[in-house]
Amino acid sequence: MTDVFFYIFSTVALAAGIGVVLSRNTVNGAMFLIGTFLSMAAIFVLLEAYFLAVIQVLVYAGAVMVLFLFIIMLLDVRESAAKKTSVYTWVASVIGLAILIVGTASIVSADSIKTKAAALPEPSGASLKPFGYELFTTYLLPMQVTGFLLLIAMIGVIALSKKLNTDGSAK
Amino acid sequence: MEFNPIIVKFVYAAIVVVVIMTLCAYAVLAERKISSWIQGRVGPNRTALPIIGGIPLLGPFLTRLGIFQPLPDGLKFLFKEDVVPGHVNKVYFIMAPILSLVPALTTVAVVPFGQFVTKTGEVIPLVLANVNVGLLFLFAVSSLGVYGVVLAGWSSNSKYPFLGGIRASAQMISYELAMGVSVLPVLLWVNAPGKEGTMNLFDIAQAQNGFWFAMWMPLSAIIFLVCLFAETNRLPFDMAESETELVSGFHTEYSSFKFGLFFVGEYAHMIIGSCVFTLLFLGGWNPLPFVTLETLGMDKGILGAALSVGIFLGKMCAMMFLFMWVRWTLPRFRYDQVMRLGWSILLPLSIANLIAYALIIFYLDTAL
Repeated sequence: MTDVFFYIFSTVALAAGIGVVLSRNTVNGAMFLIGTFLSMAAIFVLLEAYFLAVIQVLVYAGAVMVLFLFIIMLLDVRESAAKKTSVYTWVASVIGLAILIVGTASIVSADSIKTKAAALPEPSGASLKPFGYELFTTYLLPMQVTGFLLLIAMIGVIALSKKLNTDGSAK
Repeated sequence: MEFNPIIVKFVYAAIVVVVIMTLCAYAVLAERKISSWIQGRVGPNRTALPIIGGIPLLGPFLTRLGIFQPLPDGLKFLFKEDVVPGHVNKVYFIMAPILSLVPALTTVAVVPFGQFVTKTGEVIPLVLANVNVGLLFLFAVSSLGVYGVVLAGWSSNSKYPFLGGIRASAQMISYELAMGVSVLPVLLWVNAPGKEGTMNLFDIAQAQNGFWFAMWMPLSAIIFLVCLFAETNRLPFDMAESETELVSGFHTEYSSFKFGLFFVGEYAHMIIGSCVFTLLFLGGWNPLPFVTLETLGMDKGILGAALSVGIFLGKMCAMMFLFMWVRWTLPRFRYDQVMRLGWSILLPLSIANLIAYALIIFYLDTAL
């Protein structure tokens, strides 16, 4: 039963992911991305990481993608015309594909994936208490660093979008 | 005889959905009746069923109340011509009404509506899925409801629906933040040190045996209520519709059954919102503050379960009445006022509220 669901949702996730890349209409792309997020959340549920699944839907499908759609609709982005692919794009995609293949191969061949379920550590994404505990002990530094990165990105956006006078004061 | 548990769950889910849909139909009737009373009118009072309407005294009385009105209302949505204008984006145009109703009906799964106490004193929640992250699940799924409105506005490919959809998406994002932050004090109190972490709505309701949370966290309750009005797109926050400026907002181009789905979706969202407010702040199925069914000695067996469901539904109906009362009493905000209220009043207020209650709860947990 679980295997069937896994195959259904991973197929949907991959198909929707391909749809995001291939669709020329930006709204279609955004909807495909929502489909990917939802099926990834379903896979989290199958892994019994309920908390992560819910957060995935709440943050990505429920908030981030609403903002995406909002911007797409407000800017009225038209369907992008087919452009000629430059040499750099080709080189970059070949390198990207190579890295993807190496990564997948290393994950599949690694021993950790063959470990018996009983030998795995207690899952920390399943419920609130272990998740919060891990977040504020083991992963405290990565969390802080991510927070700072997001803060820097936000300040960068404000600085870029605000037109300043030569003496630095806001117009 | 043992039934397949999956089939049993399907049957339960079907029953709950039917009950919610019936409640939606009668909520529409209640809206029409309450609006007419507030405006000094009579409201729907003519529709009668052949046999029941013919019973002396009772028949005319029910007809006056408009009890039979939801049936023709529903049939009207079914039998009217379904117009799909030529200039719309068909796929999204058809998908949008479904997307606005489905999340509302999905969230019902985690909403407990009563308790069943066995003879041995074991408490069983009456809920479809008793999950640990219930409240978060509810927020997550109901936040998907906005796609229905946004896509309806966009796919209609005309100016007024588009403005309605854009306004709805901005409003949803703005009020979700304050809403999420305003319930955090409740969760802080429910998850006292030493307990297993929970966001289960049943546990939250059971934690209100003494004070209801609306009584000692009134600011949280008020902020949550205001955000609930905004999230359900009800007046004074119905920016997505605002019929005096945008014709009918995001569903201007919709007719017949597709419009009916939006209509039912709005009421389903209201019903779920009322349920959640009752569970979080109004003590769930506890009859009075400091009085539970257990202290009254009426909590055991089927009778106790029916009583708890009845009390819960009663509180929910009171909340629904509040929704309608406010709609027909207050004028609509201007769009910039809605945004200012959300970002520069409700959000800072809810954060200050959270910090204050965090300090109070820390003091209560450590000093006492």
